Amino acid sequence: MAVSGAGFVLFLLFHGAMNFVSILSPEGYDAICNFLGANWYAVVGSMGLAVLMGIHVLCGIILTAENLLARGRVRYKRQERPKGVEWSSQNMLAFGLFILFGIVMHLYDFWYRMQFAELMGNEPVNGIEQIRFIFSHNYFSVMYLIWLVVLWFHLSHGVWSMLQSLGWNSEGWKHRWQVIGYMVATVIILLFVCVVIYYWLIYPRM
Amino acid sequence: MNFTLKIWRQANRTAKGHFVDYQVSDIEPDMSFLEMLDVLNEHLVLKGEDPVFFDHDCREGICGACSLFINGRPHGKGEGTTTCQLYMRRFKDGETIVVEPFRAKAFPVIKDLTVDRSAFDQIIQAGGYVSCHTGGVPDGNAILVPKEDADMAMDAASCIGCGACVAACKNASAMLFVAAKVSQLALLPQGKVEAQRRAQAMVAKMDELGFGNCTNTYACQAVCPKRISVSHIARLNRQFLTGKIVRPWKKED
Amino acid sequence: MEEKLQSKIPSGPISEKWTNYKDTQRLINPANKRRLDVIVVGTGLAGASAAATLGELGFNVKVFCIQDSPRRAHSIAAQGGINAAKNYQNDGDSVRRLFEDTVKGGDYRAREANVYRLAEISNNIIDQCVAQGVPFARDYAGMLANRSFGGAQVSRTFYAKGQTGQQLLLGAYGALSKEIHKGTVKLFTRREMLDLVLVEGRARGIIARNLETGDIERHAAHAVVLATGGYGNVFFLSTNAMASNGSAAWRCYKKGAFFANPCFTQIHPTCIPVHGDFQSKLTLMSESLRNDGRIWVPKRKEDVERIRKGELRPIDIPEADRDYYLERRYPAFGNLVPRDVASRAAKERCDAGFGVNGAGLAVYLDFAEAINRLGAKVVEARYGNLFEMYQNIVAENPYETPMMIYPAVHYTMGGLWVDYELQSTVPGLFVAGEANFSDHGANRLGASALMQGLADGYFILPYTLQNYLSDQIREPRISIESAEFEAAECKVRDEIEALLSVKGKETVDSFHRRLGHVMWEYVGMAREKSGLLKAIDLIADLRKEFHQNVLIPNAFGVNVELEKALRVSDFMELGELIARDALQREESCGGHFRVEHQTADGEALRDDEHFNFVAAYEWQGENETPCLYKETLDFESVELKQRNYK
Repeated sequence: MAVSGAGFVLFLLFHGAMNFVSILSPEGYDAICNFLGANWYAVVGSMGLAVLMGIHVLCGIILTAENLLARGRVRYKRQERPKGVEWSSQNMLAFGLFILFGIVMHLYDFWYRMQFAELMGNEPVNGIEQIRFIFSHNYFSVMYLIWLVVLWFHLSHGVWSMLQSLGWNSEGWKHRWQVIGYMVATVIILLFVCVVIYYWLIYPRM
Repeated sequence: MNFTLKIWRQANRTAKGHFVDYQVSDIEPDMSFLEMLDVLNEHLVLKGEDPVFFDHDCREGICGACSLFINGRPHGKGEGTTTCQLYMRRFKDGETIVVEPFRAKAFPVIKDLTVDRSAFDQIIQAGGYVSCHTGGVPDGNAILVPKEDADMAMDAASCIGCGACVAACKNASAMLFVAAKVSQLALLPQGKVEAQRRAQAMVAKMDELGFGNCTNTYACQAVCPKRISVSHIARLNRQFLTGKIVRPWKKED
Repeated sequence: MEEKLQSKIPSGPISEKWTNYKDTQRLINPANKRRLDVIVVGTGLAGASAAATLGELGFNVKVFCIQDSPRRAHSIAAQGGINAAKNYQNDGDSVRRLFEDTVKGGDYRAREANVYRLAEISNNIIDQCVAQGVPFARDYAGMLANRSFGGAQVSRTFYAKGQTGQQLLLGAYGALSKEIHKGTVKLFTRREMLDLVLVEGRARGIIARNLETGDIERHAAHAVVLATGGYGNVFFLSTNAMASNGSAAWRCYKKGAFFANPCFTQIHPTCIPVHGDFQSKLTLMSESLRNDGRIWVPKRKEDVERIRKGELRPIDIPEADRDYYLERRYPAFGNLVPRDVASRAAKERCDAGFGVNGAGLAVYLDFAEAINRLGAKVVEARYGNLFEMYQNIVAENPYETPMMIYPAVHYTMGGLWVDYELQSTVPGLFVAGEANFSDHGANRLGASALMQGLADGYFILPYTLQNYLSDQIREPRISIESAEFEAAECKVRDEIEALLSVKGKETVDSFHRRLGHVMWEYVGMAREKSGLLKAIDLIADLRKEFHQNVLIPNAFGVNVELEKALRVSDFMELGELIARDALQREESCGGHFRVEHQTADGEALRDDEHFNFVAAYEWQGENETPCLYKETLDFESVELKQRNYK
């Protein structure tokens, strides 16, 4: 989980930064889109991500199934969440599945019409146009925002948790990593949220 | 003080259990939770009923025998204490108290509130020790241990093997228990020699016995009566992964 | 010396006895060891270390514990530390000194040769435990740290925070687990030994009850090691664990093992005072607290009255009005006098009306001076966990107000009689740790119990048991089908049946509590002829009542009330023997204080001319007076003198 998760965190950082470029310079964004396109490195990257996703989802489901079994047949009648235990840490699979659903939506909205279209030999849509188009719809924007909030919860636990799982933690860094994890998650999500809100807000003026 | 107790009653390992309500009255605030249960049991015996079976022994918070999931928490409310050190003054008069056994597949219920925690013994047997035999060891001061390491090892070693970590973990994972031992011995020069082998043997045993996986919720640390830190789990992960990477071809015995 | 009590002390100067023994004892070759079975009952320090080491040597070991795991044996609760004559502190310690301190601390009622061996082995124990990864406290140079303890003028106590017993036990438990993994030791948990089985006069097995299923089981072996701890719970309230009991030893006594010095019970001076009838046990506050804590009561009765009424706080009493009675009476040792002396001094003050809690049964243990001198941080580092425990139980903060403490039953120096080889009067029955009587005389010094348990288990039994078993190599595996096993099992079944069929009206705990009251009142810290006689009568009545009116629910499988009833039934008989022994011993020594025998200023008055012996009792049958045998103690290496801690 940790290793595949780490891959996603890096990917999201890149993706978020790239999207943010679209605010600063739509032309720059287009350039990146063209650069990636259906070139072999982008395709390999996508394939890699797909494999990673498969591993992440599969591991997540297997782990959760194992963990449910480990709890045993009879459940507690009453169980409290002790102080110091994050809500998000106890609901990673639920968030994960929600995020997965979001990813399907997102891939259909963008990737299907861009890289996939190009691979199929069709004319891909223009990235910036597509962004403008999608976020001109209130319901799309709201759905993306909810999706991003859930992703934030997932990441807020995932980032530092990954370091703990890999053994990169100690008494002194225990708290620091948690704070850093929150910061990373927040930065990533803010990058995306900015794009959604920016294009949503500027829509009426277009 | 008076209380309503909702206690899990189960006749034996295979029987189906259920909650039974009991009323206890005239409980003094200075009584421990177990002394309150003693009072209940004395009443039950006098009425000719089967007393509630719960594990307990030293009643000073060190043997790790007492367990109980009280009002949704192992060892009840209060940080860094075991059930035997939980005093009734911490409850509100008239409160309803739900008392359940620790629940985990690897901790089957024996009767009522008592569970079988021998899985912990099996994990230790798999490698939770320094493999030295009696005699032929160097002078105690021939092995120098930096004070910080000795103190940290002591913190890990203070685990009493009560199983609260497993009980509180939504995955019923025994990672904190395993980590406490692995970390204690990995911190000391005496134990470092076989640290990676130990980590792998113990983790393999833990998985085999049906404990869940660690997903870093840190619930274990929050309920540990000895306040053992999850940073020991990180050390276990380190030992485990380095072991996997550095010596993947080594067979564990 | 009596014929029946052969102590088998090796010849030679005291410092060479053990070496001589080891050089000449018989050995067994590895192939033969595999064919020999040994039963070890109990998994405390003595039992776990013995089982592990015997397993390492190659014997086939079966180990039994009453708890769900060997790691929970009550050795785990020892807080303070373990003594060893390492002299790491360069403060003049030596094997000789540890030996002398222990003999003197035990008020010259221990067997010299055993104690010397213990002191000799003490250093090996530390080395062994360090190698096992026991996290002893260290200084900044990485060397082992020491603290001082009662009854010694050197710092020779090694410790692991306030959890030394736990750490040593977990070390031994690790060693035991290693052998279980290897298959040399087989573990039986939740088992209680209910009888010893003798075949042709030798200990050949045990009858045990499976506490989960209720099954009565037979287990056979070539030899049996008993490491079942002490019998302090005969007093009902003690610092012992709830399951600690004297039954295994008592049942061996009834099979011919002699019981030695039963009246030597230790009252620990620093326990949290009793605070109610409902109380199930007493909690010890480590003796190490006396290193920095000062014990006192108010000088003036008016202050005592006002404190009891809650009108005055102890911190408001000026220095001049405080009576630091230990420092006053024993300037040389001050607050670090041995346990028996400290306990009696507390009782003396409380009897004189200076007790500071509502019941008048408490004295102060004050850390204000230590906090001033060292700072709260250092005090916290040393005793933090104990302070926390105290605060949790009593709901008072010991950093701000002095702790209240009172003596409580803690340890029993008496136990089954053993010779130098730790073998009882029943051939093949060895007894280790607190269950035997050997090393502490009439009073045990702090941090010596852990030392003795591990010495017996790691370093003595593996030699002496081998010596015994060396002529057993032709003996095939012992069968559990013999008539002796059959008879022993039947007896146990009948006894259980009899108890279950009483169907009376009073619970076991109620009887136990009543026994405890009698014991504490008449056979406690101060004993007197009339009181002892009364206790014997009262216990006899209580026994009768018990067997007519005890109420035990009839249940299959788990039956905790039945477990307790079996133990309490034995405690009653044992209590009577304690009283008898206390009556017989017309002197005051160590933990045994006879009011009739004290000096003008209230110190214990020993009578070496008449009582310089170990009292060993042989069972003569139900309701018969046991037969007393005396093992005279020869003091060749230390001079017999009145203890003086002034």
